Amino acid sequence: MTKTIEEINEKIAKGQAVVVTAEEVIGVVEKKGVARAAKEIDVVTTGTFGPMCSSGAFLSVGHSKPRIKFGGGKVYLNDVPAYTGLAAVDLFIGATATPDDDPRNRNHPGEFRYGGGHVIEDLVAGKDILLVATAYGTDCYPRKKIETWINIKLINEATLFNIRNAYQNYNVAVNVSDRTLYTYMGVLKPRLGNATFSSAGQLSPLLNDPLYKTIGIGTKIFLGGGVGYVAWHGTQHNPNVLRGENGVPKRGAGTLSVIGDLKQMSARWLVGTSFLGYGSTLTVGIGVPIPILSEEILRYTAVKDSDIFAPIVDYSKTYPEREPDVLGEVSYAELRSGHIKALEKVIPTASLSSYYRASEIAATLKEWIKRGEFLITRPVAPLPGVESGIVIRPLEERSI
Amino acid sequence: MRISKKIVLHFPPNLVDKPIIYHLVKDYDMEFNVLKASVTPKEEGLLVLELAGERKAYDGAIHFLKETGVEVQPLVKDMARQEERCTHCGACVTICPVSAFVVDPVTRRVDFVSDKCIACDLCLKACPVRAMETRL
Repeated sequence: MTKTIEEINEKIAKGQAVVVTAEEVIGVVEKKGVARAAKEIDVVTTGTFGPMCSSGAFLSVGHSKPRIKFGGGKVYLNDVPAYTGLAAVDLFIGATATPDDDPRNRNHPGEFRYGGGHVIEDLVAGKDILLVATAYGTDCYPRKKIETWINIKLINEATLFNIRNAYQNYNVAVNVSDRTLYTYMGVLKPRLGNATFSSAGQLSPLLNDPLYKTIGIGTKIFLGGGVGYVAWHGTQHNPNVLRGENGVPKRGAGTLSVIGDLKQMSARWLVGTSFLGYGSTLTVGIGVPIPILSEEILRYTAVKDSDIFAPIVDYSKTYPEREPDVLGEVSYAELRSGHIKALEKVIPTASLSSYYRASEIAATLKEWIKRGEFLITRPVAPLPGVESGIVIRPLEERSI
Repeated sequence: MRISKKIVLHFPPNLVDKPIIYHLVKDYDMEFNVLKASVTPKEEGLLVLELAGERKAYDGAIHFLKETGVEVQPLVKDMARQEERCTHCGACVTICPVSAFVVDPVTRRVDFVSDKCIACDLCLKACPVRAMETRL
């Protein structure tokens, strides 16, 4: 059984496509078997909604009269510094940027109540954002200072461009030490008091296409409540990790770089986020459709939480010291049961990404496709796979 | 002048079966609205009330409660979840000491069971999107 993307798109355009979510497909395959399910199903939709730090937005705010050149100067958006090393009025606001006067971790654990992620949320919500800029002034851009409100509806471009999102699997964080830890994996209680994880598991985009057979550069996706595209493989994309017999990585592996017009996105799916003692970031909603081109691809999408394993990592020493040790492996089914067993202890578990809202993304994308509003794209180039030989190098310091 | 306040009443075991609230109504002309109650005979009871009446009578009512042996505290706070802000991630689940956050095993939606909440504040800052808030 094989289908082409063109055949699937014809069915979508006619409103006849059979679309199920990555959760629903599990039951369909159990009931009907792979061969029949692959024949009947055209598209499986995935979703993930979690904190993703390598996110940010490029803004082009238009020219003031007289003109000002931000490049080489400084710009603040609601007191959060933006990057200006671009042409005159282009800016980049990154999710983890923090106001200069934020106390950070001087009073540990710092709260990081408002940062770049919150600016992006406010911007996409249509709120006015205070822009304060200083520049050095040139003959063609004479102005040295400006303070004004900007609004997403009035600026020329607002492009969300996240250089790494949608990690294919991730660590389970624990703390073996005697003190509470404040990490990007949340608050970790001492002596294995809790374990946190952050993946949509059986709903997660790259865990449903573990060998990148359909998701590639140019793939049209659900991004932040609107439409976006896979721009490239994400930073630290590492296809060459330990994998199970089902091809599913047992460690953090592939990643996606994604792009889209921020103006058509929604604050419900781009949420400013604060990790106590760690920093600010952005919770991003992403959903990727997987066209069922063959039985093999259908089989990948039928992966269940009990078939996906993640490594348990100690964040008191192993992670900060970049040591390789793993305390064990657990499945997402175990993680979602409320507790796991490790080092002969029962540890309560908590998720940092929202499975509930990931399901909503997969269901929304399913509706868009069923209504004929969202067609499937053929990637213009594949993501680097196992054959790429990619090796993720650590930063080895060299004497200067 | 009429006033209205939210108060927390702690009843020692010997007072749990006494008609104390009846006296607030009959003798002090108080109006009350029970916000939370946990009264078990022979054990300590807890009652959260909104109490309203004339200022002078209100003061008398509070004096009566204290004289009787009821511990009276102003209700300083109540935790609430901003529903539109919560993403149902579940980061709060292992932070809460009394398991007031419960994950639905099927939908994975996180429910806040405010009856269990003891307003310890731990979830306030541990919530990544700061969906929890203190209400006075």
